[in-house]
Amino acid sequence: MNTKESFTSAPQPGSSPTETPLSVYDLTVAYHRKPVIWDVGFEIPPGKLVGIVGPNGAGKSTLIKAIMGLIPKASGRVQIFGKPYQKNRHRVGYVPQRESVDWDFPVDALDVVTMGLYKEIGWCLPVRKKHRVRAMEALDRVGIADYAHRQISQLSGGQQQRTFLARALVQNADLYLMDEPFAAVDAATEKAIVQILQEMKQDGKTALVIHHDLQTVPEYFDYVILLNMRVIDHGLTEDVFTPENLQKTYGGRLTLLEEATETMRRREQSL
Amino acid sequence: MRAFALILLCASFWPQSFVIAASDSGEIQTRESITDRSIEIPEWKDWKRVFLLQDYNTRVVILGTTLLGMAAGMIGSFALLRKRALMGDALSHATLPGIAIAFILATSLGLNGKSLPILLTGAAVSGLLGIGAILLIRNLTRLKEDAALGIVLSVFFGAGIALLGIVQQMQTGHAAGLESFIYGKTASMVASDAWLIGSAGLTCVLISILLYKELTLLCFDEGFAISRGFPVVLLDMTLMGLVVVVTIIGLQAVGLILMISLLVIPPAAARFWTEKIVNMTVIAIVLGALSGMIGSAMSAIFPNLPSGAMIVLVATVMFLFSMIFGIPRGILIRKLRRYELNTKVNRQHLLRGIYEYLEARGLLNEKQTSETTLVPLAALHQMRSWSLPALKKIVKRAQQEQLVETIDRDQIRLTSAGLQEAARVVHEHRLWELYLITYADVAASKVDQDADAIEHVLEPEVITELESLLVRQSTEGVLQSPHAIEIQQAETNPHRPDSRRAT
Repeated sequence: MNTKESFTSAPQPGSSPTETPLSVYDLTVAYHRKPVIWDVGFEIPPGKLVGIVGPNGAGKSTLIKAIMGLIPKASGRVQIFGKPYQKNRHRVGYVPQRESVDWDFPVDALDVVTMGLYKEIGWCLPVRKKHRVRAMEALDRVGIADYAHRQISQLSGGQQQRTFLARALVQNADLYLMDEPFAAVDAATEKAIVQILQEMKQDGKTALVIHHDLQTVPEYFDYVILLNMRVIDHGLTEDVFTPENLQKTYGGRLTLLEEATETMRRREQSL
Repeated sequence: MRAFALILLCASFWPQSFVIAASDSGEIQTRESITDRSIEIPEWKDWKRVFLLQDYNTRVVILGTTLLGMAAGMIGSFALLRKRALMGDALSHATLPGIAIAFILATSLGLNGKSLPILLTGAAVSGLLGIGAILLIRNLTRLKEDAALGIVLSVFFGAGIALLGIVQQMQTGHAAGLESFIYGKTASMVASDAWLIGSAGLTCVLISILLYKELTLLCFDEGFAISRGFPVVLLDMTLMGLVVVVTIIGLQAVGLILMISLLVIPPAAARFWTEKIVNMTVIAIVLGALSGMIGSAMSAIFPNLPSGAMIVLVATVMFLFSMIFGIPRGILIRKLRRYELNTKVNRQHLLRGIYEYLEARGLLNEKQTSETTLVPLAALHQMRSWSLPALKKIVKRAQQEQLVETIDRDQIRLTSAGLQEAARVVHEHRLWELYLITYADVAASKVDQDADAIEHVLEPEVITELESLLVRQSTEGVLQSPHAIEIQQAETNPHRPDSRRAT
C-alpha cells in the first residue's frame, strides 16, 4: 500500500501519472425538488480501487449518474482527469446496474460488448471483424467467452454482470464507474470481478465501485467513500472505515435535513 | 431462422403472380363513401387484372405499399424495442384534425384540397402537435405516459371527426374521400401519391440502416449511450421522426386507425423467429412488405373493402402463424420444450428412486455393472408425491427407452444402461445438493427439493465445475447423499455422518 501523502496531494492538472481521476465539488442532485445528494465533494487518488458504501436511498447510484451527466445536477462541478466529463469521457468506462436494461433484448453477449466500441467505430459505420475480435478478448478476460453467442436473457445473473464489465473493459478506459457489480452474483463471478479489479489497479487504472457488502470492503478497496445524502467521510479504508463512521452512515438518520427538504417539497407542490 | 427461410420460400411464389390493380381509371372514386360496403363478387376479369398487373397505376400503387410495409417493419422494430409503439398510435390518431384543416385551408385558397402532399403536411403538423401535447402533459403534470397518450389520442381524434363534419357541410369542393384516411383506401391513390409514399418509405429505411448501431444502443441501454457521449435526445427525436414519417405516409393506404398495426405486428411476429436484432429487422421488413403487397392486392379485388383492414388481416395471419409456429420463441416449440423437460425430470426421478431404494438396502454391488434386483412399484410410489397411474406411465416410457424392465405388473428392475444412467443422475443430484449445502447455507433437510428444481437443467460444463469445486468431498463413483434418505422400511442409513461436515 502507498503512503498517505500521495492521496492527499492536490490535483495536478496535466501531469499524467498523478492526475486526479475524479474530483467532485459541492454536487447536489434533486428529484422533484427533493435533494438526493447534498453538497457532495471528494477527490479520488489515481490507481486505486475506491468503494462507495451507504444505506439504500443514500444516493450512491445518483452520484455516479450525476458524475456522467446521466441526470442533471442541481449545482456543483465534476472533473475527470482535470477536465469536464464531456472532454474526457473516452477515459471513463461505465458499468450500469444489471437491472437497468431489458435482458430480453434480441442481442447476444458479444453484441453487448461490441457496444462499448460503437463510439470508437464512428457514426454510420458497421461493426467489423477487428472490433468483434476485441470484444471477444474482453469476454475471454471476464471468463465467459464460451457464452459469447448466447442471447443475453439466457445468461445467468453473474454472466450478465460480466458481460457489462467486458463492455466497459473493451473501451480501455482509465477510470471505471461501476454501479453495484457485485449485486446478486455467484461466488465465482465475484471472484472474477475482484481479480479484474486487481488487474486494473496494476495497470494504473482507477475504479469507483458502489458496494453493498460491508464485510468485504476492507478486503476489496483501498479507499472508501461513506455516503448518506452527503459524504460522511472519505479516505483510506483503514482510516475511515471505522465503526463510528459506519454508525454515522447507516444509523444516524439525517432527520433535520430530511424534514426540511420534505417541507420544502410539500410547499412546492401546493403552489 | 432456418424454418423462417422455408416459409419465405413458399411465400415468394405468391407475390410474383399475385399482384394488383387499383381502379381502372386511377381517378379518385368520389361517389363511394366509406359506409358503402356492398361487396361485389369479383369477376374473372378483375382477378386477371390484378394477377397480371395490367395497368401502370396498379403497379405503382403496389410498389408504394410494399415499400411502405418495408419501412414500417424496420422503423416499427426500433419503436417496439424502444417500447414506444403506442406513441405511434397516438400520433396517427392525432393527424385527423390536421387533414381536415389542411383540406379546408387549401379549398378556401382555391387549391386542390385533395392533393396528397397538402393533406399529409397538415397530418404531420397536427401529429407532431399531438406528440408535443403528450410530452407537455407528461412533463408538466404528474400524470403518467399512458394517461397522456389516452387523452391526446381521443381528444385529437374527436376534434378531427368534428372537423370532418364541418367539411361535409362546405359548399366548395367534394369532401368525400377524406374518410379514406380513417380506414385506408389504396383505390384513391394515384401514381404520384404512390411515388411519394414509396420514396419516403425507402428514405426511412436507408436512414435507419445508417443509424443501425446507434439506434440499437439507444433502445438497449440509454444510460450507457449517454455516458459514451451519444446525443441520445437527438437520436430519440430521429427515431420518433422516422415513426412520424412512416405513419404519415401510411395514412392513405392503411388509415389512421389501423396504421399502428403495420408498425407493431410485423416486428412482433418477427421476434418469434429470432434472437438477433439484425434478423428481427430483416424479417419484419419482409413481413411488412408482404402485408402491404398482398393487402393492397386484396383491396384491389374487393374495391369496396378498406385496404387498411386488408393489410392488417394479412399481417395478422402472419403474426398468428409466427406466434404459434415460430422457432425459437413460438408457443408450440416452448410447450414442446416444457414437455421434454418434464419427461426428462420424470425419468430422472424414477431412476434416482430405484437407485436410492437399492442403495438403502445395500443391494448395489461394488462395481455397479451387473443386473440389479427387483424393485416393487409400491415402494417407489411412496418415495415421491406421484400418483400410481403417473408412475406407471413414467415406467412405461423408461421401458421403451430400455432403461428398466418390467418383470410383472408390480415389479421392475434397471437394465445395465438404466443403472449407468441412474448412477449418473444420482451423482449429479448429490453434487448439486452438496454445492447448495456448502455455498448457499441451505439446511441439509431442505436440500432435496431445491436440488430437484435446478439439477435437471444443469449443463455439462456446470457439472464439471461443480466436480472440481467439490472434489475434496467426492469419492469414487457416485457421491454419498449428504442427507438421510427417507425410504419406507429402510433399516439402514447409508450416508456417512461426516459428509455433513460441509455445512
